[in-house]
Amino acid sequence: MTHDSTALLEGDDRAPVVSLRGVSLSYGSNVVLRDVDLDFAPGRITALLGANGAGKSTLIKALSGANPRYAGSISVAGTEVALTSPTVARLHGISAVHQKVADGIVPGLTVAENVLLDNLAGARGVMRSRRRDLAAARRALALLGLDWSDRVLSQDARDLRISDAQLVTLARALRHTPRLLILDEPTSALTSAEADRLFDVLRALRADGLAIVYVSHRFGEIEALADSVVVLRDGTVQSHSPRPFEWNGILHDMLGRATELAQKREHVHRGGTVVAEVQGVPLFPEARPLSLTIRGGEVLGVLGLIGAGKSELAEVLGGLARPAGGSLTLNGAPYAPRRPGDAIAAGVVLVPEDRQRQAILPGWSITQTVSVPFLTESSRWGTLRRDLETDRAAAVVADLEVVTESVQTSTDDLSGGNQQKVIVGRWLSANPRLAVLDEPFRGVDIAARRGIGAHLNTLAQSGNAAVVFSSDVDEILEVSDRIVVLVAGEVALDGYADTLDRATIVTAFIGADTTPERTTA
Amino acid sequence: MSRTPPGNTTVVDRIRGGALDTVSAGIVRWGFVAVTVLLIGFFALTEPNFRTADNMFGMLKFIAPTAIAGLGVMLAMTVGGIDLSVGASAGFAVSIAAWTMVVGNQVGGVAVGVVLVGGALIGALNALLIVVARIPDLLATLTTMFVIVGLKLLIVDGKSISSQMTLADGSSAPGRFTPDFLWLDRGNIGPVPVPVVIFIALTVLLWFVLERTKWGRALYAVGANAEAARLAGIRVLLYRTAAYVGCGLLASVAGLLLAARIGQGDVSAGNSLLLDAMAVSLVGVSVLGMGRPNAWGTALGAVLIAVMVTGFTMIGLPYYAQDFGKGIVLLVALLFSFTFSRKRTVVVAGSMTN
Ligand SMILES: Nc1ncnc2c1ncn2[C@@H]1O[C@H](COP(=O)(O)OP(=O)(O)OP(=O)(O)O)[C@@H](O)[C@H]1O
Ligand SMILES: [Mg+2]
Repeated sequence: MTHDSTALLEGDDRAPVVSLRGVSLSYGSNVVLRDVDLDFAPGRITALLGANGAGKSTLIKALSGANPRYAGSISVAGTEVALTSPTVARLHGISAVHQKVADGIVPGLTVAENVLLDNLAGARGVMRSRRRDLAAARRALALLGLDWSDRVLSQDARDLRISDAQLVTLARALRHTPRLLILDEPTSALTSAEADRLFDVLRALRADGLAIVYVSHRFGEIEALADSVVVLRDGTVQSHSPRPFEWNGILHDMLGRATELAQKREHVHRGGTVVAEVQGVPLFPEARPLSLTIRGGEVLGVLGLIGAGKSELAEVLGGLARPAGGSLTLNGAPYAPRRPGDAIAAGVVLVPEDRQRQAILPGWSITQTVSVPFLTESSRWGTLRRDLETDRAAAVVADLEVVTESVQTSTDDLSGGNQQKVIVGRWLSANPRLAVLDEPFRGVDIAARRGIGAHLNTLAQSGNAAVVFSSDVDEILEVSDRIVVLVAGEVALDGYADTLDRATIVTAFIGADTTPERTTA
Repeated sequence: MSRTPPGNTTVVDRIRGGALDTVSAGIVRWGFVAVTVLLIGFFALTEPNFRTADNMFGMLKFIAPTAIAGLGVMLAMTVGGIDLSVGASAGFAVSIAAWTMVVGNQVGGVAVGVVLVGGALIGALNALLIVVARIPDLLATLTTMFVIVGLKLLIVDGKSISSQMTLADGSSAPGRFTPDFLWLDRGNIGPVPVPVVIFIALTVLLWFVLERTKWGRALYAVGANAEAARLAGIRVLLYRTAAYVGCGLLASVAGLLLAARIGQGDVSAGNSLLLDAMAVSLVGVSVLGMGRPNAWGTALGAVLIAVMVTGFTMIGLPYYAQDFGKGIVLLVALLFSFTFSRKRTVVVAGSMTN
C-alpha cells in the first residue's frame, strides 16, 4: 500500500470527475470531517472504508448536496461548484444512495412512484399515466434483475421490507447515468444473489466511464469490485491504496490497531441443555413444518436467503408473530408468547432486522433508547431512576465502543453502525436466556462485529443460547458454533462448524457454490 | 495527502458552534417564558388592578377548564394521537352533571361520579375506534364529537337544564345545583380557589407521571415509534387506550368546573373549548423547548392566554380583538418550535393509525 502524498493515484492520468479540497464538516461542536482531499476518476470504483463513525456517510452527504454546510471546495470536471442541495448535485451529475434506506422511501406513494421519484420531483410530466409509470418502473428494476408484479409495484412503499426498499432506492439511482455515483452500504440489507447482480451493473457502469464511490463493511465485496481503497479515520483520510489490496495495512489504517481480516474459530463448542425447541412450526403458509432444537452453550447461526423464513422464525421466537401451527418450548416448558413483552419476560430477546423501523425512537437519547425494554428494572414504585438508566447506557456504550460524545446524544446523530451497536448492546445487556439476533451485523464495522461475536460467545458459555440470523456466509462462519441453513422454510443443513466446509454450506444455501469467496485472507 | 494538525482551526469551530447552539437552545427554551413574564410585567405596571392577588387567582380560575382540557389533548398527543372530542366531552359533562342533580335529584358527589364515568367511557369509545377498529384518530374523534353532542341533546331534550326548571310533563324539576357541587367553582382551599387547586394538582400529577415514571416513558415511546415500543415489550394498545381514557377523564373534569361556574346545564357550554384546548397543548409542545407534548408547557400556554385575555380586557381592547391576540401567540410559539429550533419536533398530531 502506498501512503500517497499526491491526491491522484499513481498511474492514473485521467482527469478526475470530482475533486475535494480541504473539505471539513462539523455537527455543532463535533468536527466530523477534517480537511479531506480526494479525487474520483472516471471509470474507477473507489471503495471508501472506515470504522463506524469515521465520517463516511457525512462525506457522502457533503458530496451529494444533502449537507451543504461543508467548508472547503468541491469541483466537478475542474470547475468549483457549490453543492447546495441534492437537486443541484444531481444537475452536476452526482447522485447518491444514502445509508438510511427509510429516508429514501416516500411512504404513501406506490413502489413504482418511489422508483420514479426523481420524475415526480421534476417540473416535467404533471400528468402521470399509471401504465406508463408501471412500465418505466419495471424497466428500472429489470436492470437489477428484478421482475416485480404490477401488484407489488402498485402497493404502498411503506410496507416494503428493508431489502426491497433498498432495491427501490438503487433502481432509482441507476435510472440516470450520473458522472459520479455514490453508494453508501448498499448491500448491508441485500442477499448475495442481489448483491452480485448489483456488482454486475456497477462493473458495466464503470466500463461506461462512470466514477463510483462505494461504501461497505464487507471486505469480500471490496476485493471483488474496487479499483482503489480510501480509508477514513476520525474524519481524516488515512490512506489511498490501489490494487492489489494489502488488507492488514488497510485494517490497521481503519481501526488504528492490528486486526486479522479472517478469524477462524478456535473452539467450536458443542451445546448441552436444550434451551428452546421448535416443533413442527410452518414458517409461512406453503412451507413444511420446521423443527429445530436450540441448545445452551453454543451460538447457532442460521443462514438463509430472503424468503427462506429467517425473519419469520426470529419473529416467532421473539413473540412478534404467532406460529401458524406446531408448538414451542422454552426450558422444557411450553412457550407461547402472545406479544414481545411475554417473550422478554421469559428471557427471550429479539434484535429486529430493520433498526430504523423497529428499534430507533426518533429524537431519543442513547440512554432512553437503551432503557426502553428495562423500564421496570430501572424504576422503583414506578418512578424511573436516572442513575440506573445512565449506568446501563454507559455500559452498553463502553462495551461495544459506540462512537458518541455522550450517552445523552440523540440516536439520530449517531452513524448507522453505531445505532446498530446501541440496539444490539441494549438487548445483550438483558443477559437473556435466549438471544435472537436478526441480521445483527448490518452496517457494523469489523471490530464491532468481533465485539458482538465475543459477547455472544460469552453468553453461550454461561449456558444460555444465542441464535444469529444472517444471509452472509462469512458472518455466520465467523460467529457460529453450529450452523443451520434454511431453504424455503426448511432445514437444509444442520451441523457444527468444524465438521462443515464453506463449499458444503454455500451449496446448501444457494444451490451451488457460485459466489466467490467473500473474504480473502 | 495533507493532514491538518489536530486542533488548529477546529478549536475555533468547536467554540463557535457550541456557543451558537447554546444561544439557540436558550431562546427556544426560555423565549416563550420571557414573553409571558414581559406581558405580565407590562400589565402589572399599567393596570393597578392587574397586580392584585385576586386578579392572579381569578385569571388562573378563569383558564382552569381550558387548561385541563388542554392537558387531556396533550395526553392523547403523547401516544402520537389527537382528540377532537374534548370540547364535546366537556359539554356532555356539563349537561350530564346538571341532569343528574336537577332531574335525577342527586347530590353533587353523585353527579361528579356519573360525569367521570361518562368521561372514561367516551375515552374508551375513542380508544375502541382508534385502537381496535383502526380508524384514523382525527376521523374517529371527530365522529365521537358528533355522537356525544347528539347524545347530550337527546338526553336533555335539546334544552339547557337549570334548577327547578319545568319538565316535559309540566311538573317542576325535583333537584337543583347543590352547594357541594358549586363548591367546585366557588370554594377556596386556603386562599386558593378550588379550580386553581385542581388545575395545579393535575398539572403536577401529569408532569410527574409523564417525566418521572415508567408509564410516562412508555407513553412517549408509543408516540415516538409504536412498532419499536412494541418490540421493546411495551403493551402499545393498552397505553394508547389509557391515553384516550385519561383524555376523556380530563375533559370531563373541565366540564365539571364549567358546570359549577355557570351554575346550570347550558347546552352550548364547551363549544369553544376544543380550539382553546388544542391551542394550549400545541403551544405546550414548543414552550420550554421540549419539542414534545408536556404538562408544564401546556399549563404555561394556558396561563399566557389567560394573561392576554385579562390584560387586553383591562386595557380596554374589545373582545373581538382577543382572538387575534391568541392567534399571534400561537404563531410565535410555533415559530419557536418549528422554525428556530434545531431540535426535531416529534409530535405530528393526528396522523397515525397502527
Ligand atoms: N446529524 C448528526 N448530528 C450530529 N452528529 C452527527 C450527525 N450525523 C453523524 N454525526 C456524527 O458524525 C460522525 C460520523 O458519522 P457518519 O455517519 O459519517 O459515520 P460513518 O463513517 O458513515 O459510520 P457507519 O459506518 O457507522 O455508517 C459520528 O461520530 C456521528 O456521531
Ligand atoms: Mg455511514
